[in-house]
Amino acid sequence: MSWSNHEHLEKNALLLLVLVIVVISIGGIVEIIPLFRKETVIEPVTGMRPYTPLELAGQNIYIRENCMACHSQQIRPLRDEVVRYGHYSLAAESMYDHPFLWGSKRTGPDLARVGGKYSDEWHKAHLVEPRDLVPESIMPSYSFLLKRGAKLHDLDKHLATLKTLGVPYTDEMIENAEKDAIAQAHGEARSEIGGLQERYGEKVNARDFDGQPNIISEMDALIAYLQVLGTMVDFNAIKDVEDIGETGGAE
Amino acid sequence: MSDNEEHKKEVDDVSGVETTGHEWDGLKELNNPLPRWWVWVFLICILWSVWYFVVYPAWPTLSGHTKGTAGYTQYKELAESQKEIVQRQATYLERFEKASNEEVLNDPELYAFAMAGGKSAFKDNCATCHGTGAQGGMGYPNLNDDDWLWGGKLSDIHQTLEYGIRADNLDSRVSQMPAFGKDGLLKKEEVDAVVDYVLTLSGGHHKDSYDQGKEIFGQQCASCHAADGKGLQEFGAPNLTDKIWLYGGDRQSIYETVYNARAGMMPAWGERLDKNTIRQLAIYIHQLGGGEKDDTYSETVPSDDTNIQDNNDPSHQE
Repeated sequence: MSWSNHEHLEKNALLLLVLVIVVISIGGIVEIIPLFRKETVIEPVTGMRPYTPLELAGQNIYIRENCMACHSQQIRPLRDEVVRYGHYSLAAESMYDHPFLWGSKRTGPDLARVGGKYSDEWHKAHLVEPRDLVPESIMPSYSFLLKRGAKLHDLDKHLATLKTLGVPYTDEMIENAEKDAIAQAHGEARSEIGGLQERYGEKVNARDFDGQPNIISEMDALIAYLQVLGTMVDFNAIKDVEDIGETGGAE
Repeated sequence: MSDNEEHKKEVDDVSGVETTGHEWDGLKELNNPLPRWWVWVFLICILWSVWYFVVYPAWPTLSGHTKGTAGYTQYKELAESQKEIVQRQATYLERFEKASNEEVLNDPELYAFAMAGGKSAFKDNCATCHGTGAQGGMGYPNLNDDDWLWGGKLSDIHQTLEYGIRADNLDSRVSQMPAFGKDGLLKKEEVDAVVDYVLTLSGGHHKDSYDQGKEIFGQQCASCHAADGKGLQEFGAPNLTDKIWLYGGDRQSIYETVYNARAGMMPAWGERLDKNTIRQLAIYIHQLGGGEKDDTYSETVPSDDTNIQDNNDPSHQE
């Protein structure tokens, strides 16, 4: 087709449409397709595990209350952020998040590494009435979480669904989802904690998060989720990741 | 081509410019050339993008991405900008790391360095619980006064900061008050009696149950809070005679404390902050108003090879 014939293209809408799609997809294919291979984007780190059922219930509450509208979960590799929030976030740290909860706006602080920064009691008091602890806060009160029982009976279905998305939950984890959630919220007093630790590792936080032993509330679930954020990756091995950052994660 | 030659000859009457030959309902398109500067900018941009592809990470590949000849990563950029801070602080940091606590306190420059670092770290990490002015709150101690749960010497504060209180750390400070009512260690009227007795320690009125309360206090409470109720810092047991209350000093609050027990928790900051920041924080908090003098004032920080045991001996009492 000679250059002079573009009149032909401009007067043939269907052909023009097809060719526009072809041209645009070249950009898409080159830029996006390689990212479908997780080897290209996720750093090989140690310590990452799927969320426990109780943490997952907490994440569901986090999503339901739209916490990500005001809180981000991504510490960028910038000096001031690293000083304030800790080590920058790694792609590997949100690989089990479906959907990811990076957020794009910080009305409140970043929560990517809030796990372990405050006590359970602090989180409880702060969620009940943020201004009791941070007078200038404009965060709403979430005191109702204390009174509402966490939805645990269908957690096995959540785990099974996430498994289809590639989160490595085992059949055993799915089968014991509700039991594990109860064990984690009751803490060490219960014997089932053994099974929970076998499945999710020694480091798993198991205690009565909301200080109400008679109920596994949504507060329990949400605090369990908050307390694990950013604590999984073994940062003693992080030097390797930084080196890999330079070489692009290729194996 | 014959088509094209036809168009070329077609010139607009008004402007005298060639048309492209395209015609829509009698309207024809003028074939004005692009401004020369625009064409050059366009070409330079193309060249620049080729240079960018070569020098910077650009194209995703199936096993990663093209790295670029400059070896640029954001991680490296961060490391470099952090190096810049370290260099700026280096003159102080080197001296700060070597200096004993006494030397830091006596050297105006190092002292200002420690206080500035401590102040900003405090606002980022501590103020959320202890308040921006370190005034504390319900369940979170005021750090401006001289009432210390686990000791107010510089070394005590350092230890608390590094390992936390009831934190998930082997060296954390740990103690647990029994839940006297909830766990059935005391009957309800016994709890009442001992609460009334505790109130008398800080000037409350004696009640009929005073003797009973005193006896129960002696049996159940004195081992941690001391027979005179002034507390023992080795157990983090507060002084009950000073009218300073962590969880409220009204009768109801104290009743709840005895009935359900209290156990505040502080994270082990050694796991999150570097050792210089911890030390700056310790000095900052120590200087807020209530810091106690160390017995052996020539001590050095725990990272030194001096005897840590001595420095952390919590038996110091007022």
